[in-house]
Amino acid sequence: MADQFDLIVLGSGPGGYVAAIRASQLGLKTAIVERENLGGICLNWGCIPTKALLRTSEIYHYMKQADKYGLSVEKPAFDLEKVIARSRGVAKQLNQGVTGLMKKNKVTVYFGDGKITGKGALSVAKDGKTTELAAKNIIIATGARARDLPFAKADGKRIWTYRTAMTPPEMPTNLLVIGSGAIGIEFASFYNDMGAKVTVVEMLDRILPVEDVEVSDFMLKALTKQGMDIRPSTGVQKITDTGKGISAEIKGADGKVATEEFSHVIVAVGIVPNTEDIGLEALGVKTERGHIVTDPTCKTNVEGIYAIGDVTGAPWLAHKASHEGIIAVEAIAGQHPHAMNKLNIPGCTYCHPQVASVGLTEAKAKEAGHSVKVGKFPFIGNGKAIALGEAEGFIKTVFDEKTGELLGAHMVGAEVTELIQGYTIGKTLETTEAELIETVFPHPTLSEMMHESVLSAYGRTIHF
Amino acid sequence: MSIEIRMPALSPTMEEGTLAKWLVKPGDAVSSGDLLAEIETDKATMEFEAIDDGVVAQILVSEGTEGVKVGTPICILAEEGEDANAAPPAAEPAKPAAPAAKAAAPKPDPVPAKAAPAPAGAVPAAAAPAGDNRVKASPLARRLAAAQGVDLATVKGSGPNGRVIKADLGSAQPSAGTPAAAPEQAAPPKAPAPVAAQDVGIPHEAVKLSNMRKVIARRLTESKQTVPHIYLTVDVRLDALLKLRGELNASLEARGVKLSVNDLLIKALAVSLMQVPECNVQFAGDTLLKFSRADISVAVSLPAGLITPIVVDASAKGVAAISTEMKDLAERAKAGKLAPEEYQGGTASLSNMGMMGIKQFEAVINPPQAMIMAIGAGEKRPFVIDDSLQIATVMSATGSFDHRAIDGADGARLMSAFRDLVEKPLGMLA
Repeated sequence: MADQFDLIVLGSGPGGYVAAIRASQLGLKTAIVERENLGGICLNWGCIPTKALLRTSEIYHYMKQADKYGLSVEKPAFDLEKVIARSRGVAKQLNQGVTGLMKKNKVTVYFGDGKITGKGALSVAKDGKTTELAAKNIIIATGARARDLPFAKADGKRIWTYRTAMTPPEMPTNLLVIGSGAIGIEFASFYNDMGAKVTVVEMLDRILPVEDVEVSDFMLKALTKQGMDIRPSTGVQKITDTGKGISAEIKGADGKVATEEFSHVIVAVGIVPNTEDIGLEALGVKTERGHIVTDPTCKTNVEGIYAIGDVTGAPWLAHKASHEGIIAVEAIAGQHPHAMNKLNIPGCTYCHPQVASVGLTEAKAKEAGHSVKVGKFPFIGNGKAIALGEAEGFIKTVFDEKTGELLGAHMVGAEVTELIQGYTIGKTLETTEAELIETVFPHPTLSEMMHESVLSAYGRTIHF
Repeated sequence: MSIEIRMPALSPTMEEGTLAKWLVKPGDAVSSGDLLAEIETDKATMEFEAIDDGVVAQILVSEGTEGVKVGTPICILAEEGEDANAAPPAAEPAKPAAPAAKAAAPKPDPVPAKAAPAPAGAVPAAAAPAGDNRVKASPLARRLAAAQGVDLATVKGSGPNGRVIKADLGSAQPSAGTPAAAPEQAAPPKAPAPVAAQDVGIPHEAVKLSNMRKVIARRLTESKQTVPHIYLTVDVRLDALLKLRGELNASLEARGVKLSVNDLLIKALAVSLMQVPECNVQFAGDTLLKFSRADISVAVSLPAGLITPIVVDASAKGVAAISTEMKDLAERAKAGKLAPEEYQGGTASLSNMGMMGIKQFEAVINPPQAMIMAIGAGEKRPFVIDDSLQIATVMSATGSFDHRAIDGADGARLMSAFRDLVEKPLGMLA
């Protein structure tokens, strides 16, 4: 006899475990199935441990600049093992936190490989033993994994994915990063600050391609100034592990192919959804380019099967997964949750300087037929930024000229990942420029630039 | 209250068009019938007329914009006397009650205000004025509603605690829906007030209206609400007409023409309208248009609705020509390929449900026309001929007349002329 639940969540990443907690709050008897660590990639191998690493590189960066602040530090140095150990410790702490949350919310946890075996039926295989579970509804939250290059499999020796890059066996001296999305740029920033020579190649004509073009341009200059070799419109055609290092055939923007040597390479060319071996085919769950197709309440084409997070498509962000988890559970519980509005999902990149954005870029807004008002305010005009010694960056806002709707906000500079939520709340509440202009922002803070950027869009900037 | 003008569907297949040229600018006063803009479809450039009186408040789609979807708001018309520039400020609290002027206007009751169904446990904001009258809406929704001329109190909010958000306004049909947008004069109301999607509690599928369905809804509502109909029915013997049809078809076979009964009825209606010109008219407010030509709109049923292609000057055309023309029009109507002038206009309509076995029915007048002839099935009936009971093929025909324009006696004369022509069909061929 199968263990009976109201809801089974397959995968315990930020989508799955949040869904399980919400389900429990709504009185559903809930099980969660995890093949590895509670918390999934996000807090074990993604968002959180990388932030721990980047905190180290940030402090290291400041130590090297101590003189600028009137301090002296004798020969700043680091111990790579301790750096990694701290990051792993942070991940472990949060992993235990999720374990505690599951217990507190009376969510039954099954470790093993979950597979949907029929309508409302799921089996969990572990060490040759199989446990059968049954539930009216199942949420698939299996996430995604790093995409491999077609010509070189990441092996963890000299060809790394994010996982090795987070627990490097040695410090790279001459690092090649393939791909300039958030993951590629964050690792590039970390290893550059830690002293490696870093080269970033990007197939598209600009780095951080999902961001506003002004952000991409700014970051290209900023990272180049920090000593990185950033190459847009460039592709890697072949990688060979020579035993001593990596030999890479690189086709440059000019179309010429050259072979270059590196010590290590990080592959960050996107993700592949985890849809294999979980029983989708037999049930006829519809997928499109590998991603599970869902409706606005995260329901798949099969009754009783929902899917959330990375496995359902872009943006591949933990907070998108969590929010979809809530939507799916509330729909299952018979509530009427609002569909996810992807234009209200912020995105953050924790390089140095940081990048954060929400909504439409200026170009996308115009493409969508909006006539826009654009505001922009530079960090150099902000007292707090100057006091922090972080006067590089800007905040850009895009409004619909006719309605005053805030269409998008794009920021680059210190701590902008903590600022973006202000605009996200504004967008979710559907504020227009009028409410943002009337809002009192505290002085002295970086957030004043958010105000100034809005004022700028309407020709009313005060401090620039 | 301002009126939102949307991109019109100038042909049945039109989905989008290019706003080729604006013929008005903000501040211009326009009245019904004035040209607003030139609109280019894949087929032709057409002029777009105002159907409301007002002052152009705002142009929303600039000249030369391509690919403007049908239904997209293209400009905003403020009603006369209203300040064209005075879009209510976003912060203005929603009006608790309709202003006096509006309330005085004769209008059907708007959709009952279903403002924010205050859910149990909702805590009213401390400063909220007079509790229930406060309409919860996002700043953006307030601004959009003001621009669209939508009364927020009539919009069902889907946000937390019934808050009206942008998405809720997307589905509101402002110019089409708000009765308050209707001018005070005899101008027809735009459409039935949309009954906002509600939880009907019955399993159902909500299907978005096609443009054709919207037009049908608007025009038929307009007709039944503003046109006083009278109905006059006659029974007509068909035997002679059927006999003549057989003879004509035998002789027309070589030309590849096969007349239908309907083709002959088109001709009969056209000729009778010429014989009784009092019924070939149109009511136009202060004036009556008396037509000197009979153009017959013929109802053609389509899977998605109905369209009425026109046989122009049908009384002057031979029945073979009518038949050929009707066949072509019906085919192209079904393929959605009629040009607007082929289905817009007409002086009277003919609707035949005989082939569906309908004995008799009353059709709704197709405004601005003043009459429509509804044809029932031709069937063998006991019939008194020369004081003896015999069997005859008889159909019932019912004329619907706009009583503002046509008196009962004139209508009766038309019905009688029609019957005579059908019963003695050689008269219509002469």
